[in-house]
Amino acid sequence: MATAQATRLAHNEPIPLADVPHLAFGGFRDEVVESVRSGGRLVALFGRPVDGRIRLYAVLALDDEGELAVLSADVPDRYPSLTPDCPSAHMFEREIAEQWGVVPEGHPWLKPVRFHASYRPGHDAWGRSSDTPILPGVQPAGTEFYRVEGQEVHEVAVGPVHAGVIEPGAFRFQCHGERVFHLEIALGFQHRGIEKALWEGPNRKSLRLVEQIAGDTSVGHATAYCQAVEALAGARPSLRAQAIRGIALELERMANHTGDLGALANDVGYLPTASYCGRIRGDFLNSTAMICGNRFGRGLVRPGGVGYDLDGELLDRMRKRVEPALVDVNGAAGLLWDSLSVQARFEGTGTVSRDDALALGLVGPAGRSSGLDRDVRLDYPSGIYRFHYIPISVQATGDVFARAYVRYLEVRRSGQFVLEQASQLPEGPTNVEVGPLTPSSLVVSLVEGWRGEICHVAITDDAGAFAHYKVIDPSFHNWIGLSLSLRDQGISDFPLCNKSFNLSYCGHDL
Amino acid sequence: MISIIKERLRQGRRTISYPDAPAPALPDRFLGLPVLDDSKCSDGCTACVDACPSDSVARDASGLSLDMGRCLFCNDCVEDCPAGAITFTQDYRLAARSRADLVVRSGTVYEPARQLDDKIKRLFGRSLKLRQVSAGGDNSAESDLNVLGTVVFDMGRLGIQFVASPRHADGIVITGPVSQNMKEALLRTYEATTSPKLVIVVGTDAISGGIFRDHPEVNNGAEGLLPIDLYIPGNPPHPLTILDGFLRLMGRLEAASLPAVHTP
Repeated sequence: MATAQATRLAHNEPIPLADVPHLAFGGFRDEVVESVRSGGRLVALFGRPVDGRIRLYAVLALDDEGELAVLSADVPDRYPSLTPDCPSAHMFEREIAEQWGVVPEGHPWLKPVRFHASYRPGHDAWGRSSDTPILPGVQPAGTEFYRVEGQEVHEVAVGPVHAGVIEPGAFRFQCHGERVFHLEIALGFQHRGIEKALWEGPNRKSLRLVEQIAGDTSVGHATAYCQAVEALAGARPSLRAQAIRGIALELERMANHTGDLGALANDVGYLPTASYCGRIRGDFLNSTAMICGNRFGRGLVRPGGVGYDLDGELLDRMRKRVEPALVDVNGAAGLLWDSLSVQARFEGTGTVSRDDALALGLVGPAGRSSGLDRDVRLDYPSGIYRFHYIPISVQATGDVFARAYVRYLEVRRSGQFVLEQASQLPEGPTNVEVGPLTPSSLVVSLVEGWRGEICHVAITDDAGAFAHYKVIDPSFHNWIGLSLSLRDQGISDFPLCNKSFNLSYCGHDL
Repeated sequence: MISIIKERLRQGRRTISYPDAPAPALPDRFLGLPVLDDSKCSDGCTACVDACPSDSVARDASGLSLDMGRCLFCNDCVEDCPAGAITFTQDYRLAARSRADLVVRSGTVYEPARQLDDKIKRLFGRSLKLRQVSAGGDNSAESDLNVLGTVVFDMGRLGIQFVASPRHADGIVITGPVSQNMKEALLRTYEATTSPKLVIVVGTDAISGGIFRDHPEVNNGAEGLLPIDLYIPGNPPHPLTILDGFLRLMGRLEAASLPAVHTP
């Protein structure tokens, strides 16, 4: 793989910031594009101010080799966009433009991501003055929503407040009758300034902020954060702590996937499975609450290990709760696979091709449903996953059925893993001391959250504090997948397609 | 069809009997109502105050206090306190009608929310239709609101329902710290709700901004934006805490029929 000039590193292995190669922009661009063309994957692309300029960092994943590569380059206020040659860079470049006011020239769809003012006063990628109010979802002049022209074409706009108890986003459908030509999604309504607040850390707030990046992924993001901090501090949590983290991470996956199976059933009007799964999801959440008191696993994962230990009696009770819940999921989901009317609605609906998924860099169940066999637990194992292998669940059809079935398989396989861990928890302490962080270093931490690859990149300053902290929720890669899945579908298929991805608004908006 | 019926029989009935019967048991490690005892504090000790990530604990001339409207229920104060002056009970009944009621002090007895006045109770006491707005919420409180609609809680049997249109709603339920980007949409949804209407804030973020308090990107919760009728603390609140708050607001839980609130 062509990453000749990039520095190779393992994930969770800090390297001195000085070892990150600093290239001229042309070389940087060539290197990223060439690496992605030859099988690499863009995990992170972000900017930060260094000496009055914006320095871009790219993190590439070389999945076949289980290694990462990192490189950097400075950019002036305008630079040739990577996106035309590397589509998976499209959202990253929009984010960089919004945060730092640098323009990727030639970007095909350059718009704000989260609707906030530039972090560099006086530098705005859309030429807005500092006193121009920024309204969420309202596109700067010249970047209007995509429009299809034609006598019989009409537009449907929904959001940000949707029917139901759900997070806000704005959706524009370009339709001909019931048929959708294109869906454009505008997010940013949930923007809370998390990433910027993390730059001040680590402090007593950091872990709690991270737990609320996406509340349904508290364990996933907290684990990514703790791995980064532990790597920078040279701390090694015990295997027991790692196993407890693994149990919590898989319970999080099982709860959310089960909830999604129920939601999918509900959206095609198949109420038995919808009712059962809504309840079984709670059984998994309550299993997490048995460990740490909180249904979403808050307070469990912390730097150095975990906040709660599990004794034999508690593990036994947890097994007795998880085992029947798994049987119930099988029964509830089995009805879905046996019901022809459900299958008629799932199969062939909302298809995303493998080529598109690959080009756009889809991750997690969304990518695996389109035939991409990527899974951090397998490709970049850390913690307990170095010793316990969970089979990867892949489907080829890329439709709603595939996204549902991958979830079902993952619930089963994660369930097996949880039961195994609970019956043979390694001995050891639950916590080790975490000292100060290594100064002037960079670390990349990856976790396979239930929606897919969670990536945290931490850069420390010369005092060991965060000089920069980058968070990439899997949804950041995957929202475009939902857009694509709607092409040529009935507009009434939207809820079904949407549930089959079930992406995070707050995780995206940060 | 036969497989559906067989599965129905196998899965069984799962709806809880609450509020007619006692609430189901909460996990042993659940953190509910905090109880303070500042007679245990040593002079000048501020370990709990320093540990709190959301500035919910204070210790001043009037003693130790904990603001449940800011509390993340994270246990950091308990862990750092050398004297055990703060403990969390398993009492899930945390909802309050006024912001000041959420501040717990040493030696005081916490009173769960009082019901609406008679006129409002006549209007909303039997059926409550609510429009939910997630305003920067992280999808945890939203998830646990959705849980109330599952067969376990089956909130509909109690006359409570989430509706799609604010025009059909008796009030709105707000989650999240009210991001600046959702402020306008929240206010418009409130405007669109027909009067008389209720405002319920669910979760620490919606009450005070929570961990995001004072971020320029968020309002510090819904306080000051809208008149709030019910505060339900927690990060996120347990579904039982939310349901208890709703029922209390409707006057469906008679205070006298409940066991005494936990005191030290």
